Amino acid sequence: MQNDIKEKIGFWALRLSTLLVLGILFIILFDIVRKGIGAISWEFLSTAPRKGMTEGGIFPAIYGTFMVTVITAVVSVPLGALGAIYLNEYATKGRLTRLIRMAIRNLAGVPSVVFGLFGVGIFVVFFGFGASVLSAGLTLGMLTLPVTITASEEALKTVPNSYRDGALALGATKWQTIRTNVLPVALPGMLTGSILGLARAAGETAPILFTGAAFFLPYLPASPFSQFMALPYHLYILATQHHAISRVRPLAYGTALVLISLVLVLNMGAILLRNKLRKKYKK
Amino acid sequence: MRRERKERAIELFFMLNSLVVIIVLLGIFYILISNSIPAFREIGLREFFTSARWNPTSYSQIEYGILSQVVSTLMVTIGSMILSVPLGVATAAYISELASPKTKQVLKPVIEILAGIPSVVIGFLGIVLLGPAIARAFGLPNGLNALNGSILLAIMSLPTIISLSEDAISAVPREYKNASLALGASRWQTLIKVTVPSALSGITAAIMLGMGRAIGETMAVLMATGNAPRMPSSIFSSVQTMTATIAIELGEVPHHTTHYYALFAVGLVLFIMTFAVNLVSDIILHKYEEVE
Repeated sequence: MQNDIKEKIGFWALRLSTLLVLGILFIILFDIVRKGIGAISWEFLSTAPRKGMTEGGIFPAIYGTFMVTVITAVVSVPLGALGAIYLNEYATKGRLTRLIRMAIRNLAGVPSVVFGLFGVGIFVVFFGFGASVLSAGLTLGMLTLPVTITASEEALKTVPNSYRDGALALGATKWQTIRTNVLPVALPGMLTGSILGLARAAGETAPILFTGAAFFLPYLPASPFSQFMALPYHLYILATQHHAISRVRPLAYGTALVLISLVLVLNMGAILLRNKLRKKYKK
Repeated sequence: MRRERKERAIELFFMLNSLVVIIVLLGIFYILISNSIPAFREIGLREFFTSARWNPTSYSQIEYGILSQVVSTLMVTIGSMILSVPLGVATAAYISELASPKTKQVLKPVIEILAGIPSVVIGFLGIVLLGPAIARAFGLPNGLNALNGSILLAIMSLPTIISLSEDAISAVPREYKNASLALGASRWQTLIKVTVPSALSGITAAIMLGMGRAIGETMAVLMATGNAPRMPSSIFSSVQTMTATIAIELGEVPHHTTHYYALFAVGLVLFIMTFAVNLVSDIILHKYEEVE
């Protein structure tokens, strides 16, 4: 009898905890959507800030985030994919493989602000790219590398071994096997996994603070060596650094809404696609 | 013969690509060390590690003591763990042991969505939502303090703790639970006395990883803790963590000055702390995998 009550209380505590977590997520999304939706208009999305960023839109920030994310993708998706092919198709269980895997896990745990320091030290100063779209994109590319590698490897793992054995039995070389029988099957999965990494990169602020993001620019970045405005940094500015913080609060909410919409659409798209692919290959 | 050489070359090419992660990790370490050495030389190890005063732009006496920042970082991290560990592990237990397969299918992506919310958005809500709430609840002039930062960090480390603990709890063999239930234990007793203890190493690793994230998190604490660079006296103190110091000051200092190098030294300490936490988690997980 006493055990019964204990069990009831215990299970309810678990349920409540889960509800609390869901509640937190709900409050976050609800508050941003409710207070941000009023700021959203075509003008907000398509024009530059005006009058000391107290009016106008956020187009340069959207454009800057897009450009930086493209560079991030160009760096980290191929590197991640090629690295994953080695780990899943070639690597044997040895010291080197263990070392690589350990490096991936540790790189994933390096604080984003430390990536920012690294970006300043190597791309801004050492390579002399200055504070620019390129430096920021490369820094974010390094930061997403663990995600793209892990995601690509997971996609390669879903390819059944019979696909490989079939090609090898016909006399194909290892590389021919990978190219014709493994990659075509794994590619969609590798891409969706990489999108998750890119979504994270698009929302990062700390690594771009000193590698290229600008407070305000009246023009769009002209080349990879220009500074740029970015959505997350713009939100940070509007929320903490602006001279009329309470007046620009609606704009800050609007920026936050655009930012989480962008990140969540990328995220959910990737998750849905992944689940679909998983089901397809389980059959 | 030529075919074989080509195959070797291709394999080598892929291997070189996977080595990039090791190179980047070593590169980070090298950049931090090489830029920290001038700082240690000019400031002195003793002042850097034992002084609690950080006044790089003072006119009278310039000081570079990291102690108050380390204490602040540990304070918000421990505060966040007190909140996120029970909540996270309980949620993980619910998802893996009580939820129906359908609920599970909904909950897992929802947790991933929480993980996907950018830290700057969480920090923003810390200012506009949580800050005023804390100020009202405790009768403070403002709610930008260590408590605010702890709550935000707890929210941000929840997804890591939940999903990894859930993996660990789900990995406990069915036979353990069946044996316990067959002996007449209730489902609750089985969960508390058999399932969770069997998954404990995995749960510990999950907690460590969540802690690593909390230590290194920047934007949320930067925006919501008030950034007063002195020793905190309570959870209602305004604090400035190591990450916040770097974020605030690196953009403003001229390159190659003592102040610039000192920020890399702060980064080095931060890197070593998170590296150690992640390594411990890694070792635990590895042991766990071998037992499996």
